Parts: sequence; structure tokens; C-alpha cells
Amino acid sequence: MADTLVMERAARPARLARMGAGLRRIGKSRAFVIGAVLFAFICLAATIGPLFTSVSPNALAIRSRFQPPSMEFWLGTDNLGRSVLSRVLWGARLSLGIGFAVVLINAAFGVLLGALAGYYRKLDNILMRVADALMAFPAVLLAIGIASALGPSAVTAIVALSVVYVPRTARVVRASVLVVRELDYVHAARACGATDRRIVMKHILPNCMAPLIVQLSFVFAYAILSEAVLSFLGLGAPPTVPSWGVLISEGRAYMREAAWLTIVPGAAIAITVLGLNLLGDGLRDVLDPRMKVEQG
Amino acid sequence: MIGYTVSRLLQTIPILILVSLIAFGIIYLIPGDAATVIGGPSATAEDLARIRANLGLDQPLLAQIGHFYVNLLQGDLGRSLMLGIPVTDAVIARSPITISIALYSLVLTIVLGLSTGIVAALNHNRWIDQAATVFALIGVSLPNFWLALVMIVLFSVHLGWLPTGGYVPFTTDPIGWLRTATLPALSLAMLQAGLLTRITRSTMLEVLRQDYIRTARAKGVPEWVVITRHALANTLMPVVTVLGLILSVLLSGSIVIETIFNVPGIGSLLGNAISNRDYPMIQGGLLFVTAALLLLNLVVDILYTWLDPRIRVGGSA
Repeated sequence: MADTLVMERAARPARLARMGAGLRRIGKSRAFVIGAVLFAFICLAATIGPLFTSVSPNALAIRSRFQPPSMEFWLGTDNLGRSVLSRVLWGARLSLGIGFAVVLINAAFGVLLGALAGYYRKLDNILMRVADALMAFPAVLLAIGIASALGPSAVTAIVALSVVYVPRTARVVRASVLVVRELDYVHAARACGATDRRIVMKHILPNCMAPLIVQLSFVFAYAILSEAVLSFLGLGAPPTVPSWGVLISEGRAYMREAAWLTIVPGAAIAITVLGLNLLGDGLRDVLDPRMKVEQG
Repeated sequence: MIGYTVSRLLQTIPILILVSLIAFGIIYLIPGDAATVIGGPSATAEDLARIRANLGLDQPLLAQIGHFYVNLLQGDLGRSLMLGIPVTDAVIARSPITISIALYSLVLTIVLGLSTGIVAALNHNRWIDQAATVFALIGVSLPNFWLALVMIVLFSVHLGWLPTGGYVPFTTDPIGWLRTATLPALSLAMLQAGLLTRITRSTMLEVLRQDYIRTARAKGVPEWVVITRHALANTLMPVVTVLGLILSVLLSGSIVIETIFNVPGIGSLLGNAISNRDYPMIQGGLLFVTAALLLLNLVVDILYTWLDPRIRVGGSA
């Protein structure tokens, strides 16, 4: 055990140097930089944006119904005179919040289940058959089925989307664990008498992070898209809370006379998902070239 | 080949059993008493008893599971609470509509995705390549139901080219079908076309770097023959692999898209079932679509080994 500790301490400066080199490489990826800027813009708008809009997202102003985008109402107003800008900014908090919660649950359970399946071969068969079954369902369809039973709420959306995406994340982690557990230094750690928990936590999982981070960025993107579908169908956050999917659903009835009610929240979703996809692509190219889809 | 087919078939059975168990379990996710939730606040004690009897909720759990599988083996997915007819009949009656739109969408996906991907790869690092990459990225980032709404505003409301919704069966009026099915199929196809563009582009680039392509060029084979006869066949392989995935996403998307365009397919059937809390229909529809996809994936896998001799030879060796 003492030997492995010495090995780890010696490896620390080298690891920091590698991280520095990795960050420099990531900075050179155009996809990553554009994606990061887009995503940061949306996150910033969601966190500090509502502080700057003096209008509450639910403030009614019947006299100024259906105002098209103008200097006074930057993104126009809806059927009840509510500011679309304010509603989209507040909606960003909810949509991003749900996406982030799904990512956190994916990180926790995906790593746990993936590590268990990859390290303990006896568990592998059971866990992966269940994952196969869950992954056989079309993703959004399963989320819709679960959400329809649990009843509409933000928590429902988080639970339904987690059930759908955790098996996919667990598969990614399992695949990495299967490779890393056979490497020499892991055998060496085992020979030094390290416990299973220590081997998994200290030696295997840190080397499985790259594919996991890439996977989580895509899960975030899918979660934003799927949450919008759930909300659109009335299975996500209740209509009093303006998530982006709810805003599109509300705007649908007035598409002919006030297309901006639908276009603005949809564009917000598209920008966020585009940012996350670019971010994921950039991270994958740098962190995990084996997963790279595009060449050149 | 036969051995591979049999082993793939045997692998599918436990997954089908688990999938059906998950679909069966959805009703147990309903918080509190399922019959009260389904019946609503105005339901009388008799109504609740009838709902429980209909869903088998008045029996012990193991008996319910037993009944579920016995019925399932006979093709019985339960009875719809909303329509009062067997779920299997309702789903089968609606499936030609969904299948026709899904196939149309698949054709659009393949045409758009393959052509853009190939053009991008042939113009590697030029502006056409960059434009195709951006098209693909935007395609995979757009919510398809939002795209559907925007296309309705553009093509139906402003330009008046296509109807805003409805459905005409192909057998009654092929032109009418084309007019009603184009917007739903296109809005479903965009996301998949983006995905396929990316895969086709990267595969084509990989294939064009192979030695046999260099040999063909060195022999003096005209470039278009190199592309169409030598490179294209190997580029098509990944397309077959993602076919199952593409169809899975197309069918997922059809719930919202069919609801938006008032297309009376399986998607809008499920959409209505959700708003009416018709759980047997939700469970049955989910199970039907997933089982169909599993079988389709099985066929694709077998087709793949038949198409790619390398796998066939590798498999039997």
C-alpha cells in the first residue's frame, strides 16, 4: 500500500503537466472554443439575465399583447402581454437546471454501475442485460412512458431522462474500465495488495474520465432536447413555470400571428444544443481521439 | 451464417422478456392508487372497481405478470381505456400511416445525409466541406418539433405550398399523400440527416485513404468510377449499421410530429393516450414499437453479415 502511495505522489507533477498540455490542446480546438462560448453565453444569460430584466416572466400587460420584437420589448410579448425575453431567460434556468441535474445523476450512477459492471464480471451480465433492455426502447419514447406514469413535474422529467440515459453512460464507463483494468499498472497495484475499492477509485476511474466527460456533454445536449419534447407534450414542468418546451407549446396556438413566440425559445434550445455538441466534439477530438467520428 | 442468425435470435429473446417487463412495470410507477389516477376525481367506487378489473390490478402481482405474459404470447396487449378496443388492433390499424411516413423520412434522411456527406468528403477542407459540416451540426441540434412548426409557418402559412396538417393515404391519392407527408417526413429527417452526414463524411474520408483506392487511381481508373464503384460500397456499410438507430429516433419523434401535423398514426395515438391517461395503450404502444425495432435491428444485423463478406468469413472461421 505504501508503495502505491509513493507511486501516486511521484506521478502527480507529471499528471499536472499533462493536464496543462491537454488544456492548451483543447484551447486550439475551434469546435471546443465556439461551443464553449455559445454554452457560456446561455449559462450566463440564465444565471444573471433574469436580474437585468425588470419585468417578471408572469407579469400580465393585456394592453401590450402580441407586440412584435421592438426596442421596448426586445423579443416581443405573448398573448397575455408577458415579455418573451424575460420568459425565455427564466425558462433557461429551468431547462438548463433539468439538463444539469440529469448530467449529475448520469455522472454518479453511470460511473457506479459502469465501474461495477466493468470490474466485477459476475455483475456485468446482469447489469448489461438490463441496460440492453432499457436501451432497446427509443429514448424519448421511454422517457414519455415513464413521465406519463409519474405525472408532470420538473422532477419527473429529471427521473425519466436519467432512467433513459444512465444505461448509455454506464456502457461508456464499462467499456473504458474493461480496457484499463487489464493494464500492467493495475495488475501492479493489485500485486501490492491494494483493495478493489482503491484500485477502482484511484487507478481505474481517473483513467476513464475522458470518454465520460465527452459522453456527459452529449447527455446534456440530449437532455435539453428531450426535456423540451416532454414539456411540449405536457409531461415536464407545469405550464405555470416557463421551460423552453412549455414556451414553444404555448406559442404554437398563435403561430400565424405571432411566430416569434415559437421561434425564440426554439432558437434558445438550438443554440444551447449546438454549443454542447460543439463542446463535446472538441473535447472528444482532444481527450479521446479513438471515439472521433470525423477525420481531418 | 445460420449459426450467427440463430445466436442473434437467441440473444434477442431475453431482451424482449426484459423489455416487456419494463413496459408492464410502468403502471406501477403511478404514485398512489393507479385506478384513482386513471378514473379521475369524478370516478365512483364501481368505476374504480371496473378499472381495476380491466387492468388486472385486483389480482396478486405474480398473477398479473403471469396473465400479462400469457396474453402477450397470444398477441393481446390489453384493451384501450379510451377507445374500448384491443390495443393490438388499434396499433396495427394505425401502423401503415406511421410506417409510410417513417419510410419516406428514411429515404429523405439517406438521400440528404449520404449526398451531403459524400460531397463534403470529396471536397475535404474546402468551403463546401465546411458548409456541409455546419449543416450537419445544425441538423443534429434543432428540436424536430420546433422545426416542424417553423416549416408550417414558412411553407404552409406564408408560401401556401403544402397543407398545415392532415393525412391522405398513399393508396387513395399518391399526390395528396406526398403533399401531406412531406413536411412531417422532412422535419423528422433533418436530425438524422445531420447524423448521417457526419458518419458518411468520416467513413468516406477513411475509405479514400485506403491502399486499394490509390491502386485504382494509379491504374488510371477514372475518378468517378473510383468513387462510385470502389469507395461508395464500403462507405455504405456504416449506413446499414446506423439504420436501426435512425429508425428508432424517427419513431420516437413521430409522437410529437404526428400530433403537430394531425397525422392519425401510432404517434398521435400515443399522444392522445398520454393526455387521456390511457395506460394500457401507452404500455402496449411502447412495447409494440420497441419489439418491432428489436426485430428490425436483428434483420439489419443479419443483413449486415450478408452484405459484408469480411464479417461472414470472420464469423464462420
